[in-house]
Amino acid sequence: MSNMLHDSPAPSIGPSGVEPGRRRFLDYLLGTSAAATFGAIIYPIIRFMSPPHVIESTESSVVAAKLNEVPVNSGKIFKFGSKPGILVRTEAGELKAFSAVCTHLDCIVQYQAETKNIWCACHNGHYNLNGKNIGGPPPRPLEEFKVNTRGDEIVVSKA
Amino acid sequence: MRLKAMQDWLDERLSIKTLSGAARKKEVPVHRHSIWYYFGGMTLFLFVVQVVTGILLLLYYRPSAENAFESVQFIVTEVQFGWLIRSVHSWSANLMIATLFIHLFSVFFLRAYYRPREMTWVSGVVLFFIVICFGFSGYLLPWNKLAFFATKVGTEIAGVIPVIGRPMLRFLRGGDDVTGATLTRFFGFHVAVLPATATVFLAIHVLLVQLHGMSVPPSVQKQNLRKMKFIPNFLLRDLIGWILAIGVLAALAALFPWELGEKADPFAPAPAGIKPEWYFLFMFQTLKLLPAKILGMDGEVLGIMAFNFVALLLFIVPFVDREPGNQRRRLVFNIIGVVALAYIVVMTIVGYVT
Amino acid sequence: MDHQIDRIRPALAVMVLLILCTLAFAQKRSSCIECHVKLDDPRLSGPAKLFDNDVHRGRGLSCNDCHGGDPQAETSEAAKDPRKGYLGKPRTADVPAYCGKCHSDANLMKRFNPSLRVDQEKEYYTSVHGQLLKTGEQRVATCISCHTVHGIRAVNDPLSSVYPLNVAETCAKCHGRAEYMSDFKIPTDQVAKFKTSVHAKALYDKQDLSAPTCNDCHGNHGAAPPGIASVANVCGQCHARQADLFQTSPHKAAFDQQGFAECVTCHSNHDIAAPTDQMLGTQQGSLCVNCHSNGDKGFVAAGHMRSRIEELIASINKSNDILSLAERKGMEVSKPKFELKGATDALTHARVLIHASSTAELDKVMAPGLEVAGKGYQAGLDALAELGFRRKGLAVSLVFILFLALLVYLKIRQIESRQPIAK
Repeated sequence: MSNMLHDSPAPSIGPSGVEPGRRRFLDYLLGTSAAATFGAIIYPIIRFMSPPHVIESTESSVVAAKLNEVPVNSGKIFKFGSKPGILVRTEAGELKAFSAVCTHLDCIVQYQAETKNIWCACHNGHYNLNGKNIGGPPPRPLEEFKVNTRGDEIVVSKA
Repeated sequence: MRLKAMQDWLDERLSIKTLSGAARKKEVPVHRHSIWYYFGGMTLFLFVVQVVTGILLLLYYRPSAENAFESVQFIVTEVQFGWLIRSVHSWSANLMIATLFIHLFSVFFLRAYYRPREMTWVSGVVLFFIVICFGFSGYLLPWNKLAFFATKVGTEIAGVIPVIGRPMLRFLRGGDDVTGATLTRFFGFHVAVLPATATVFLAIHVLLVQLHGMSVPPSVQKQNLRKMKFIPNFLLRDLIGWILAIGVLAALAALFPWELGEKADPFAPAPAGIKPEWYFLFMFQTLKLLPAKILGMDGEVLGIMAFNFVALLLFIVPFVDREPGNQRRRLVFNIIGVVALAYIVVMTIVGYVT
Repeated sequence: MDHQIDRIRPALAVMVLLILCTLAFAQKRSSCIECHVKLDDPRLSGPAKLFDNDVHRGRGLSCNDCHGGDPQAETSEAAKDPRKGYLGKPRTADVPAYCGKCHSDANLMKRFNPSLRVDQEKEYYTSVHGQLLKTGEQRVATCISCHTVHGIRAVNDPLSSVYPLNVAETCAKCHGRAEYMSDFKIPTDQVAKFKTSVHAKALYDKQDLSAPTCNDCHGNHGAAPPGIASVANVCGQCHARQADLFQTSPHKAAFDQQGFAECVTCHSNHDIAAPTDQMLGTQQGSLCVNCHSNGDKGFVAAGHMRSRIEELIASINKSNDILSLAERKGMEVSKPKFELKGATDALTHARVLIHASSTAELDKVMAPGLEVAGKGYQAGLDALAELGFRRKGLAVSLVFILFLALLVYLKIRQIESRQPIAK
């Protein structure tokens, strides 16, 4: 940067220095450019701060379904975080939710209306409506979730 | 005219004219080593970037083991320009530590710690350790596999120090193991404790620099030096550097986005080839190379104690190398500095290559 | 008077204690074991030594409970006195009855374990082993062949010869020896074949005890190969979905008519390999062309099903590739990758559905699967587009940033041309 140092002042025109027109132009450019850069920095920051479409990061609770989507004696698979879950309305009308990942070899279970049990198609595993493994290969019960209703929405959260 | 009226209004209440007067009077010597003067300001600028991006990240980050990883994933995928803010934060941290090293070594070799600037040096060393702690605590916050194990190893090493090691480990980890408690604690350090301490020491450091002015290296002291005004000449040059730094950060964020990795699993075994971040690598590599036993004592403990000792030595440099006139002492310290720098560089490279 | 009672009481207690101990020891005493462990011939000392681990010993039973005789007697003749009920070593043909003496007696067994079955002996005589034994054949398995003798362990004891992980080896003791089985005209490669199967992999590698071994398909006491008509019922115990689908398929009637075993014809029985898509279709090497030829309905269906499955696989791979590419370039795509798994689920479902040999059913599953795969592909495209947008944005911002830096530089020059830095 030392090459920018001049030992003697250049010929000046006007009291405020070299070619006031040039100087003002440079100042104008500098000003607008600085403002534009500042804007280019502020714009992403403001967008960042505005709430995104998906409001929350983790799903420790999720809206599994609407009340009218789950008739009596039926089940529905829903997404819970990164894993599938199964929502069941029993014959008595009670809502229950479990992890839908079979504890045998990770297949996705389903509700069986005839036996009123949860069934895994892969190797004929059976779970009762408490999630307990009652038949076939599954070695452990299904993890149970908490179910609440909010208006006409069914909210499932970790137990 | 309105500007002048505003200035008068403020000055009547806050005495800003004394501040701006002092700022206008500040001068920076011009010589062949002047380039190093820019690195302190650059480090400060990058620190400001960290504070701004850090505060923005705080709007979405969640400091618990169940949510941390997902919240960072959320920032990077769902939040508008979240990817940019997050990557800039991670890259700027590394750039800041790099410029900090350059600043530290340039100040050392140019003897800017000679009297009366001893306290500036000491406060600077404190800031250096604060920044290292920033890096260590911040690294854990995404709660991914790499960070989890890096923290495990790092705190394990701290625990090896005799007598105080174990209580220190428990203090850092919030328990005996690295758990969600560690994460929450590190978060507290990273966003509250360390920023507060950093602010205090930064204020001291920067004020002292203004008080004493820019130091002139012994090798150019004899010359009759040109001086450039801080405002506007030096500051504008600073500004070019800062603007270019913004460009570099933007490029790094867009072209080399910071990885997210996989969520930490405390029960899974450590992945092979775990390495800490580059600024810890030379110490890590040294410990790997030390023999198990040295003179009957545990090699690793000795290595860690040695590093701690060197860290303490760093504080007392201005009190040991006191005489500007002593050529031999200057030479000795220069050699020490070069050896230290070479050691760090070589060990870092070895750490990466192996 | 009082202090006399006081002195007698403790003495009385000690005496009673001593008598009880002697009685107890006397009960547990077995002269059979005491004598036999000391004998040199391992054939005679072996049983006594093995008995330590026997499940019957744990129940308080001893040699005389099976062999009769007098365990209190001091001499060999007195202990092995037939008048004391000594039965000696049973002949092979008598072994089932020997064990059945207790194990078929419901009243007796419920004293030890009420949940144990008591029909093993009856079941045994329905088995091939039992049938042959009745004809006088000695070289068949009896109770002790599988359960061992004298050191019998419970079924759930991992060291037991009939623990699921050990069953195949136990059966192989006879069924794996060609010379031994030469008169019986059945193959001896079943266990070797089984060890190559997916079931063996699940059992031995993954330690999944629910995986079938010999007795799960053949029965244990009533061991017999399942007949051609009933093998599907056996497989269908676990593979219920495939069995049900097969029942609805046109193959069922055809197989019944031709006398083909349902599952085994395509999947074989012992060396059941993991099924591959290669088994389906009209290309050389597929199973379908073994019966079907160009032009018949089955041929067309097979070709259709295979090509639909290949279509879905190709779509999934395409989506996976583009998402991996985006990931390598630094984009965060874990969510679309997870959702793509739904397509893989559809593929698994499809591969099961082919057992119904119904192209209509298959197409019903294919459509949503292809949709999910398509969504994954789109997500990959979006990620790459976003990447492109960022790079363009970067280029534009860099232009502005460099321009600004240049302007500042020019400003410095301008300032210093007016007011050079003083000395």
